[in-house]
Amino acid sequence: MLNYTIRRLLFTIPVLLFISFIVFLLLDLAPNDPTGNLPLTIPPDVRERIRQSLGLGEPIHVRYFLWCVQFFVNEPLNILEQWTGLQFGSGDRLRVQSWATRSPVVDLIVERMPQTLWVVGMSYVVGIIIAIPIGVISAYRQYSWFDQAGTFVSMVGFSVPTFFTGVLMIVVFSVHLDWFPSIYDTTHRVTDWQSFWFQVRQMIMPVSVLALFNAAQISRFMRASMLDNLSQDYVRTARAKGVREPVVLLVHVLRNSLIPVVTVIALGIPQVFGGAIITEQVFKVNGLGQLLIIGIQGADIPLVQTLTFIFAVLIVFFNLIADLLYGILDPRIRYE
Amino acid sequence: MDYRRLFIGCAGGAVLALAGSANAERGADGHVNIIYWQAASILNPFLSGGTKDIESSSMVIEPLARYDQDGNMVPWLVDEIPTVANGGVSEDLTTITWAITPGILWSDGTPFTAHDVVFTAEYCMHPEGGCQQSTSYSDVTSVEALDDLTVKVTFSTAKPFPYGPFVGAESPIIQKAQFQDCLGAKAPECTEQNFGPIGTGPFRVVEFRANDVISMEANPNYRDPSKPHFATLTFKGGGDAAAAARSVLETGEFDYAWNLQIDPAILSQMESAGKGTVIAAFGTAVERLMVNLTNPSPDLGDQRSTVKGGPHPFLTDPAVRRALSVAIDRNLLSEVGYGSAGKATCNVLPAPAIYASTANDECLVQDIDKANQILDEAGWARGSDGVRAKDGVRLSILYQTSTNAVRQDTQALVKQWWGEIGVETELKNIDASVFFGGDQSSPDTFQKFYADIEMYTNLFSGTDPETYMNNWTCDEIPSPDNNWLGNNMPRYCSSDYDALASELGGTADLAERARIAKAMNDLLMKDGAMIPLIHRGRVSSHSNALGGVILNTWDSELWNVADWHRQ
Amino acid sequence: MSEQATAHRPRSSHARSQWFDVLDQFLTHRGAALGMIFFVLVCVAVTLGPALWTLDPNTIDIRAKNQGPTLLHPMGTDQLGRDTFAQVLAGGRVSLAVGVTAMLLSLVLGTLVGVIAGFFRRFDGPLMRLTDLFLALPLLPLLLVIIMLFRDTLRAAFGPETGIFILIVFVIGITSWMQTARIVRGDVLALKEREFVLAAMSIGTPSRRLILRHILPNVLSPIMVSATLGIANAIITESALSFLGLGFPSDFPTWGRLLFDSTNFMTLNPERVIWPGLAISLTVLSVNYIGDGLRDALDPRIRGR
Repeated sequence: MLNYTIRRLLFTIPVLLFISFIVFLLLDLAPNDPTGNLPLTIPPDVRERIRQSLGLGEPIHVRYFLWCVQFFVNEPLNILEQWTGLQFGSGDRLRVQSWATRSPVVDLIVERMPQTLWVVGMSYVVGIIIAIPIGVISAYRQYSWFDQAGTFVSMVGFSVPTFFTGVLMIVVFSVHLDWFPSIYDTTHRVTDWQSFWFQVRQMIMPVSVLALFNAAQISRFMRASMLDNLSQDYVRTARAKGVREPVVLLVHVLRNSLIPVVTVIALGIPQVFGGAIITEQVFKVNGLGQLLIIGIQGADIPLVQTLTFIFAVLIVFFNLIADLLYGILDPRIRYE
Repeated sequence: MDYRRLFIGCAGGAVLALAGSANAERGADGHVNIIYWQAASILNPFLSGGTKDIESSSMVIEPLARYDQDGNMVPWLVDEIPTVANGGVSEDLTTITWAITPGILWSDGTPFTAHDVVFTAEYCMHPEGGCQQSTSYSDVTSVEALDDLTVKVTFSTAKPFPYGPFVGAESPIIQKAQFQDCLGAKAPECTEQNFGPIGTGPFRVVEFRANDVISMEANPNYRDPSKPHFATLTFKGGGDAAAAARSVLETGEFDYAWNLQIDPAILSQMESAGKGTVIAAFGTAVERLMVNLTNPSPDLGDQRSTVKGGPHPFLTDPAVRRALSVAIDRNLLSEVGYGSAGKATCNVLPAPAIYASTANDECLVQDIDKANQILDEAGWARGSDGVRAKDGVRLSILYQTSTNAVRQDTQALVKQWWGEIGVETELKNIDASVFFGGDQSSPDTFQKFYADIEMYTNLFSGTDPETYMNNWTCDEIPSPDNNWLGNNMPRYCSSDYDALASELGGTADLAERARIAKAMNDLLMKDGAMIPLIHRGRVSSHSNALGGVILNTWDSELWNVADWHRQ
Repeated sequence: MSEQATAHRPRSSHARSQWFDVLDQFLTHRGAALGMIFFVLVCVAVTLGPALWTLDPNTIDIRAKNQGPTLLHPMGTDQLGRDTFAQVLAGGRVSLAVGVTAMLLSLVLGTLVGVIAGFFRRFDGPLMRLTDLFLALPLLPLLLVIIMLFRDTLRAAFGPETGIFILIVFVIGITSWMQTARIVRGDVLALKEREFVLAAMSIGTPSRRLILRHILPNVLSPIMVSATLGIANAIITESALSFLGLGFPSDFPTWGRLLFDSTNFMTLNPERVIWPGLAISLTVLSVNYIGDGLRDALDPRIRGR
């Protein structure tokens, strides 16, 4: 197992480099342009000069190499300097700079991490907490009213997009009932109970919209997996042996059914860091998802490249975790 | 995060300064919330020409003079506007001399001098800086400080309109002491400065979160001791126009929302909630159809949509262009898509009032019968499928525009009317960042114009139309030879028009300039190079508890934020 | 109730194949039968509907804009006075076609990659890294690139509508197979160590047969879930594409786009929002029940129950 892990980890380095190159190529090939959203009062020759000043005149391999140096050398050194207080070299290193904001991309990401983790992360946790019991009960009482209702709600939750449910919630709870704010305040700091309550109020709507979506998906997988296991021979054996029903259900069946669900959950975690583009937009949460979409719309290549690369690292990492968890949860699976 | 600490320091200073101030009026109205659905990404308009960036920074940094809501120039950091009459502009129109009002302070307490103005010009004119407002400085040869409060700008040619540099929200003054290490290639690296410029405006930056939110507070050194009325200000970005409108008009969370281009029916329903007011004002923006006079056929390969590729198979027929224009009901388009923010127009130069022509008003009234008659007379006969054709050429149009709900509604309506006169239309919409992006490898840019008709809005900033009208001269035609960099999308070329353009460049008298500009507009309309549709206004909204808002389309919408107050 | 009668006939009868049993079981599953009926009804409605409801979805009648339900317009009209019912019918045709084809494409791709990666250890590493790559690719720039490269070629070859249809199905298909692949691979890894597979291997069953007979039927339930979710996903993704200007031309209604366009009219004209939303939800729900029924029908342990 350890051997396997180390080999996988070593193998990820060329894979990630390859991914970063492909992404860079893709972004470079994409037809959108950093000057595309500027007002038309800015004439074409000035636009061309802006492009040159962003370094777009250089050939692609030079620009890719520059990004690699900035991201893999300069940024880590910079972080190290901040942590240790030591100075390495002149300290005058060029960090990865966003074209739109002309500021270091890493700082932007750090700035946005809290709201994304709070809102999107919380919704994922809430979604899982709701989904697992629903999946278990729906499977155990297959075709009961509970199962039917659960199926209906989760299908509606999955098939109605968040751009719709989000606006619906704002119209009902912000406009008509005036319970929750419709605009998320990212500068809000929790210092006492009152400000904590405000934080809860502004999180309720985005979290529940996303949680409904997540829960819908996970509960379907949970239910299917439970159904598969409930009809297995070992369940019949356990029951025949006189094992009490809760034990059969919660120890034998649940543990085995969780195996594929854990993969689904682990694979979904990188998406938490990717933010929720539409939901963040609807509630003005302005987290990582919004950062990414603004970057893409503005063809901000360094920003999108860096965000995507971090995202890729998380995906590869959580895939590894999912694989390892698999081996731990299911001793029959062997990795050599 | 050094600059954070810096801001906290500033904030502490501000509290002390306020406490020490004898005048209690400044900041008496508490807090104001502004929402722009496009978030500000930087507070330095020289590095980002986006409207959101220019307008958010206009509360902090200011120009020497700006335009008021009627398009008149008003002195801002100077005592009077230099003119030939008062001796501020030289007789040969090559220099302009500005006299700065004495006693103006930067928000850090240091005096505002002519050297800052000179530095600003140097900053933007630096060849490696990629300054996005360098058009303001076109033809400038030198900017010098005659003394601490006098600045002289020299141009290489006679400038009938010398108010490019330092006038309007696009050309504010930045502080030399703060930016002097940020010249040229260094400019983008000065994050701290770009996120928190020191200015002379009514507010100063407390915290800037790129693409998200800006927190500001009253500038303790602002020249009017009783202003601004608000002590603190939040400038939030993100979401979409409908959500911004909702937060002002329906929930009342915000006080001011910018640029609400949404369905007028929805907007008026939101306004009926009684919490806020929708305001509109007109500038120079015109939504228009560009007619491709060259052949966009894919068979032409590299010569597609170029003058070399030959004329368009049917759009070069004036009758077709006229029929297409007459078949459109502009008033209905305006009512459906723009409401109070749109007026039907037949000109590409609809404002300021002295430039507006009335010679083309035939098109204001839709007349399908007349359009049919024009086509019949020109020999375009209906085929069995209802589409007109002549000599084997069918009137089949590919009509492209950027992706935007209102534009798609307009497309649908126009398609229907053109269908009624026997013209077949295929619609295409392209993501705005691609369409306006000008990427050389993309076939979908508005410059390449690989379509028969395209629709977008163009405008000019300030009040002088010369640069704008020069867009349709022969050398502005985009082609592979000039990397498709050109503004003459219809590929219109007329020696009469070029003659008028050079005449305009040599005329200083305002009335005479107006006559020439009108003549240019009329020539364009007569030749049918463009089909203007809607004179577009700006719609914004403010809460009923916010007073002092005067919507200004000639300058930043937030130009008089110092006067805003609670009511 | 002849079906009931046949279901009790001895199974050893040679006259009927295994697939009859499956069909039988499927039809006795109430949810699945109802889902199937509904799905077929929707399909019939969207294919034959436009012939019966002759109002053209793109006819603009500006005097009748933003109307509630009337006899003339049973589902009301939109902001340009286009008939919502006609649009829902026309939109359903596109949405269903896109949803089903894209789902099938992603399912086939996902299952293929998942089974091969799980079953043949040699391919596991490369295929899973490929999956990582696809998961990491930013969707929007990818779409912009694909559309820039292929739109004009396809438009020339198949005409504007079919060309875009192929493009969209392809784009959605190749960007949504990864989760299915991961899950299927995980299940296959576990199955491979199970006794019946080991037994089949030990008697020398060839790999292809092993996969088709023993592995595939046992990974069917996650595949069915993926299929259900995939169809909804494809319909929604299509709407996001149109919203970004990358999808069908704007005068080409689809359910997703109808829902998106009407969202802002929610307070002005609530009827308009309900129909496309309901159409998507009910279709997805019916597909879900069909999937449930299929899964039960294909599981021999449940079938006899």
